[in-house]
Amino acid sequence: MANESTRVNAAGLFSGRGWHDQDHVPGIKSELLELNMGPQHPATHGVLRLLLQTDGEIVYKVTPVLGYLHRCAEKIAEGVNYKQWVVYTDRFDYLAPMCCNHAYVTAVEKLMGQEVPERAEHIRVAVSELSRIASHLIALATFGLDMGAWTPLLYCFREREEILNLLERISGGRMLYNYMIPGGVRYDVPNDNWVADVLDFVDLMEHNKLPEYNTLLTYNKIFIERTADVGIIDAATAVDYGCTGPVLRGSGVDFDCRRDDPYSVYHKFDWQVQVGRGEMGAVGDCWDRYIVRAREIEQSCRIIRQALQQLPEGSYQALALKAIVKVPAGAAYTRVESAKGELGHYIISDGGQTAFRNKVRSPSFCNLQVVEKVGVGQMVSDLVALVGSLDIVLGEIDR
Amino acid sequence: MSTHATPPEGYDVSREHMLDFKVEEQLLQVVETDAKNFILTTVDEVFNWARLSSVWPVTFGLACCAIEMMATSATRYDIDRFGAGAFRATPRQADLMIVSGTVTAKMATRLKLIYDQMPEPKWVIAMGSCAIGGGPYFKYGYHVVKGVDFIVPVDVYVPGCPPRPEVLLDGLMRLQDKIRGRKGRFITPKWVTDYAKLIPYRK
Repeated sequence: MANESTRVNAAGLFSGRGWHDQDHVPGIKSELLELNMGPQHPATHGVLRLLLQTDGEIVYKVTPVLGYLHRCAEKIAEGVNYKQWVVYTDRFDYLAPMCCNHAYVTAVEKLMGQEVPERAEHIRVAVSELSRIASHLIALATFGLDMGAWTPLLYCFREREEILNLLERISGGRMLYNYMIPGGVRYDVPNDNWVADVLDFVDLMEHNKLPEYNTLLTYNKIFIERTADVGIIDAATAVDYGCTGPVLRGSGVDFDCRRDDPYSVYHKFDWQVQVGRGEMGAVGDCWDRYIVRAREIEQSCRIIRQALQQLPEGSYQALALKAIVKVPAGAAYTRVESAKGELGHYIISDGGQTAFRNKVRSPSFCNLQVVEKVGVGQMVSDLVALVGSLDIVLGEIDR
Repeated sequence: MSTHATPPEGYDVSREHMLDFKVEEQLLQVVETDAKNFILTTVDEVFNWARLSSVWPVTFGLACCAIEMMATSATRYDIDRFGAGAFRATPRQADLMIVSGTVTAKMATRLKLIYDQMPEPKWVIAMGSCAIGGGPYFKYGYHVVKGVDFIVPVDVYVPGCPPRPEVLLDGLMRLQDKIRGRKGRFITPKWVTDYAKLIPYRK
């Protein structure tokens, strides 16, 4: 475990005993070891490459190398029209595609000055939160996998398949949906008892499955040993590096776009922002980020229940489903709380059928930068815990 | 043991490929004598049978399809039923590379390196439309390789964006056909097209 003394040593003060002061032994010269972690590595969650300089087992310097999944999505936005680009937002954060759809269509609607029907907003909130649960389940599963626990993955995927089934019934797609369009959603709620099924699932998730995860992983002694007091991101660092989402809230900063900059109909619902409290170690350690995600699943269940119980009648689209949306010239920026953090879209329009420029502020990109500071001075295996707890997704980082 | 020259009564030819016991019959010819049982076969057939029964994929998740690959190996779909559940983190121990996702120009060199490190015999499944031919990034994607078959030879193409786990499992079974030495069955069986007509499409 990386305690305070090893941190100081690796930061440059080679005063301790052990094998980093081999330089002091006459006749023996030691140097830092360069180590490539990735891009093909099971613990980097995709094709992230970390260039490490290690002093024995202790990380001396971390440099993330990006660009292995640069898919030119922002450039493509200049070539396809506004509705077609919803497809590409799906593929940013492919673990929670509905949140990405939501971020983009709100920006287009702001530019158009388009009102959205109340029913469409409720459906959007419900599917976004379902998507968030699916994403957090993957986060829990892969974090457990990084810590050497295979079983939580099987449990989490079991529930995720149920969510994918529900979303498939409403949107037609299993994993990537292309569901939201400027001015509403593509399809109405199906009349095959979908709402009741979602409410059943939410109850099951909140009352049965989450306690199961807690028994299996959260309060597991080995898991706590691996994650508590590891990779501590203090509140100032998190704010300085622009961290958002569970990473920021895990550091004890009480900020959530859904509450503090409300969009859609989130202001109507009763729920609570979860922050890390340092229950197992210092505030902002890996365990705090993990537990924030686990508790956000519970809060998402509350939001879904209210959104669907108060589902109003009416239209689900403001516009008829036209192939091409014309957007007046101008610029707009909106941000939503995606599963990974604050996802912003900045669109500049010159009045044509395609955007002049579309800039995405992706949460994973900003969250990842913090490893350069926090990863230093840790063991290599603790760096795996840190990267796993940040829950990055490379489609969003490289775009 | 004789093979059927003509299908017997009530035997549905269109579903022949679903009956795998026919293959096992052809593979192992059990000869019964007075004293002992012998199994007559060729070395190739035995080796290929062993290979297709334990195809070990390398952990090579690139993009969205990697999540479906994980779902295929996880609870509901359980790729381990087909002997391909042991995902290896190192290419040295693997014989199948599932290219799951978009291959970019920067990743292409690494992909080639990993493929070269895998021991022979080795197979490649191109999973998803990005790996097959660029997919949605075909037209404007200046950094996307338009098909992984520019870099490594591909055995089975699995279409979809991303493919459902069932399709990946089907691709794996077609690969097993290929390893076994049978010709792949590319004609869609009639019962599939009949069933597809029953699926209601949304407005």
